[in-house]
Amino acid sequence: MEKNSAAIARTPVGIERHGTTAAGTWRWAATLLAIAIAVALPFTLRNYHVFELTLVMIYAIAVLGLNILTGYNGQISLGHGGFFAAGAYTAAILMHRYGVPYWATLPPAGLICFVLGVLFGLPALRFEGPYLALVTLAMALATPQLLKYFDTWTGGQQGINLVKPVPPAGLGLSQDRWLYLIALLALLIAIRVATNMLNGRTGRAWVAIRDQPIAAAAMGIDTARYKTLAFGTSTLFTGVAGALSAIAIGYVSPESYSLFLSVSFLVGSAVGGISTIGGAIVGGFFIQFVPNFANDISDAAPWAIYGLAMLLCMYTMPHGVVGSVKPWLTRLAQRTAKRRSQNDGGRSP
Amino acid sequence: MHELLQQVFSGLAAGSIYASVALALVMIYRSTDLVNFAQGEMAMFSTYIAWTLVNAGLPFWAAFAITLIVSFAGGMLIERVLIRPVENAPVLAAVVVTIGLLLIFNSVAGWIYSYTVQDFPSPFPDRPLFHALITTRDLGVIAVTLIMLVLLFLFFRFTSTGLAMRAAAQNPASARLCGIRVGRMFAIGWGLAAAIGATAGIMVAPVLFLDPNMMGGVLLYAFAGALLGGITSPVGAVVGGLIVGVTENLVGTYLIASQLKLTVALALIILVLVFKPNGLFGTAIVRRV
Repeated sequence: MEKNSAAIARTPVGIERHGTTAAGTWRWAATLLAIAIAVALPFTLRNYHVFELTLVMIYAIAVLGLNILTGYNGQISLGHGGFFAAGAYTAAILMHRYGVPYWATLPPAGLICFVLGVLFGLPALRFEGPYLALVTLAMALATPQLLKYFDTWTGGQQGINLVKPVPPAGLGLSQDRWLYLIALLALLIAIRVATNMLNGRTGRAWVAIRDQPIAAAAMGIDTARYKTLAFGTSTLFTGVAGALSAIAIGYVSPESYSLFLSVSFLVGSAVGGISTIGGAIVGGFFIQFVPNFANDISDAAPWAIYGLAMLLCMYTMPHGVVGSVKPWLTRLAQRTAKRRSQNDGGRSP
Repeated sequence: MHELLQQVFSGLAAGSIYASVALALVMIYRSTDLVNFAQGEMAMFSTYIAWTLVNAGLPFWAAFAITLIVSFAGGMLIERVLIRPVENAPVLAAVVVTIGLLLIFNSVAGWIYSYTVQDFPSPFPDRPLFHALITTRDLGVIAVTLIMLVLLFLFFRFTSTGLAMRAAAQNPASARLCGIRVGRMFAIGWGLAAAIGATAGIMVAPVLFLDPNMMGGVLLYAFAGALLGGITSPVGAVVGGLIVGVTENLVGTYLIASQLKLTVALALIILVLVFKPNGLFGTAIVRRV
């Protein structure tokens, strides 16, 4: 068990080092540019592609939730599809039964998933490494069964059909573009919240528990509390993503939340880089587009192609795309910074 | 009372299947410290190989033997080619690789053999025995499992390869210094696991019918069994698998509807881990600070 936690620990730690003010300004400029591009993008694309990108962002939020738990706190979950389903069904039931407007379903969905996550996180305190993976795997398998069983609430096998949200009249936006903007806003908030938490006291405690649980406890970190908090925070993100997906797709049914969804999240997380925030977006793209590519390559065995893609990613980049590229970029930036300061130093006297 | 005993015996038959798969899981866990999520699909694929051979006209037991050999070689090959590169990678990479294998096996089986459900011949006639307490088929399944167990025990206890494998699993570094080819031992562990899984698949296929998704539920129960017995203990895996089989059958008959079968497995796994985290026969992991 110790070996396993140590193995997770070897992934690069994502604590950001704030460089010089110049680097800070550049970072801000790049972020603003990226946001501007993301806002402008849907107006250059067809509605269907806009919808695909909306799903990418929703998956990215879910994967971000999983990254917090698995990447930063070292708890492997194969069951986040279950929490995604819980969020989706909360939103669906609130909208369908009680006529709650779609935007108002996100907070309760997040709250319910936070509570579920904390409840699940309590027994999970005693499980480590592969054990937790097994429990959550069992949860992922049981999710569709449970959804079918409580059919008075969930509509059973048929699921629930939802009315898609109508964009505000004055803006003249199409429905897909409006949904895209909502998802983008949610993703930006999620990234901001995650960054703040992970760079702060809580995030440092999570990383400490992941890397050296015993030392962390000895330093006075309340291991149980922080691990449960990691579980709750993680499922909150995933639950909100689930609610967004129910709103965007306009339909929930038990079969959409099979084991495969949970596996996709973990794969997206691993491919993007578990201990990174940006990796979640790469993961979102992987989840949304790789199955389609696989289908294009081979009609007969698309999941074999998907599986091969997973294997290839893990062999070439065991720390994920962002996790593998980032140290390299950081080194490059440091080298340029050093060279620049040397040049400046040479010129000033 | 008679009905209860009947349920217990058919639970034992199902349990011996879970026990076999659990044993395969333990085998891999002990040698390479991995949980092999593809174990069920590997067994399913082996079963399809047996099915092809039987359909080609081979007698059942000949097909069985050939399948075991092919599975053994396949398991070794998977370890050497696919698992080895992630042996020292983060644990998540290894988990993703075995899940990738699961998808590949499932998809390739569906592609070659289609997803339609196939009949699989049973080597044992389906006749009731002892006042219908147990059928000959169930008895046959239990007997095959027991024979396999005894053979494995003899192999690990009395052969030098078995001893070398135990040494490699317990302390790879020291084993290597003694001249044991640790990598090869790990590969043999995977090969054995694949062969054990194949046996389980062939035994369960006449009951569940053969299709690419056949082993999903079985794998979950096998996990529950392995955990109950303690994931490091082969004997524990067998006992755990049997207990899970009987419990599943009794709960399914007397307590709750069968559409919540997987939920029962989930509850069982959580209960075991909360109250007996090392299982019945597992050893507690002592950590040095």
